[in-house]
Amino acid sequence: MTDDDLLQTPLNALHAELGARMVPFAGYAMPVQYPMGVLQEHLWTRAKAGLFDVSHMGQVLLRPRSGDVADAARALEALVPVDLMSLAPGRQRYALFTNAAGGIEDDLMVVNRGDDLFVVVNAACKAADIAHMQQHLSEACDVVALPERALLALQGPAAEAVLEALVPGVAGMRFMDVGVFEGSHGALWISRSGYTGEDGFEISALAAQAEALARALLAHPDVAPIGLGARDSLRLEAGLCLYGADLDATTSPVEASLTWALQKARRPGGARAGGYPGADRIGRELAEGPARLRVGLLPEGRAPMRAGTALFAVEAGGSAIGHVTSGGFGPSLNRPVAMGYVAADDAAPGTPLWGEVRGKRLPVAVVPMPFQPTTYKR
Amino acid sequence: MLKFTEEHEWLRVEGDTVVVGITEHAATQLGDIVFVDLPEEGTEVTKDDEVVTIESVKAASDILAPMDGTIVEVNDVLADNPALVNEDPLGDGWFFKMEIEDKAALDELMDEEAYLKYIG
Repeated sequence: MTDDDLLQTPLNALHAELGARMVPFAGYAMPVQYPMGVLQEHLWTRAKAGLFDVSHMGQVLLRPRSGDVADAARALEALVPVDLMSLAPGRQRYALFTNAAGGIEDDLMVVNRGDDLFVVVNAACKAADIAHMQQHLSEACDVVALPERALLALQGPAAEAVLEALVPGVAGMRFMDVGVFEGSHGALWISRSGYTGEDGFEISALAAQAEALARALLAHPDVAPIGLGARDSLRLEAGLCLYGADLDATTSPVEASLTWALQKARRPGGARAGGYPGADRIGRELAEGPARLRVGLLPEGRAPMRAGTALFAVEAGGSAIGHVTSGGFGPSLNRPVAMGYVAADDAAPGTPLWGEVRGKRLPVAVVPMPFQPTTYKR
Repeated sequence: MLKFTEEHEWLRVEGDTVVVGITEHAATQLGDIVFVDLPEEGTEVTKDDEVVTIESVKAASDILAPMDGTIVEVNDVLADNPALVNEDPLGDGWFFKMEIEDKAALDELMDEEAYLKYIG
């Protein structure tokens, strides 16, 4: 694909004006960093507020044909191991599309908007996800992709005050609350959530309104534009998974240490146990434990352990017991951080391991995540 | 006398040794440097051997030996302060000094004017 074939978000001209370095990402031209640079953008977000363009992500409405949102929730439960019947209006929940082998096809957010469900999926998976939902949900729902909507994220300790000044009422929301706010920027669908570990908001706006909204947010001295580079280091420090790196079609939610996302009602013995793709494997792993687990990894030295780094239980010899799936430098911790999969026997926090970097085995410890404490407004 | 390679290294000749670092252009392209893995003093290297690994926030890159020779000194300060490479790439951010066998090989490298033209 040449750069000419790349899709553009509604903020493309603004990125150019802000001096962004653009890269191809999931078929879109996206800003990887602005002149501030990845390190300072990361630290700015933790100290003040960062504005992210995430318009490449897929936004989809599931409109129940019956008019009853419970029918959409019931239908979508057949594709995810998540309790959506108990998702209250105005609330959002993390979910996973699973396949027949119990692997993960994508991770997503599901919002109950009262009359319909609003789903946000990863950019690289959105065509497949929409086809998957159309194939399996069309009897119960109208599956409506929303390419006319942009998505912005405002993240960091100053996010609440900045957004409240533009959109009165958002300060009253709690983590994972969602609301529709009508105002000068049209109908904004706002959730109190994000992908940085910080308090903050994700704002779905009509594409035609997105640039004006972004400019209004950037006009505040505490707000800076932040690229995909810092988005990745922020989510890594927060222990959050990146689909395609930490999760894939062979990884089960139990292996991925995402059992917190599998509510009781959908587990063996629950009110609506099973009934989603791969329920056999996932139920078995919940009962017996998986063979491998996603863990946090803290290299002892200064050398980052990047994705693909092989992990060993011994300093010399032996065979690999796992590998890093995301790794780099954590600016807030001022040291390298990583996550990856290791054999279940080696997954306990405190377990000393070695990661092979350029032919040398360097010490790395299994640690609990997040690396950086989250500051969600619960 | 400063010389430049197509790999964006600079070489400063000091008697029988040359000091090697990366150019400001390269440091800017790499972004914030967070780790520098330096060779051991006394290592004999051949041109294009991978002698230094630099890690930025985003990715790892290798620095190749610009010519045949022996590493005689490395800039240990970079272990604790890798950001020096961004702050002062042509000064305190140097990587290593090497003794070279064939000084004539320096003539094949670019001078500053040619390098500036090379990076456009």
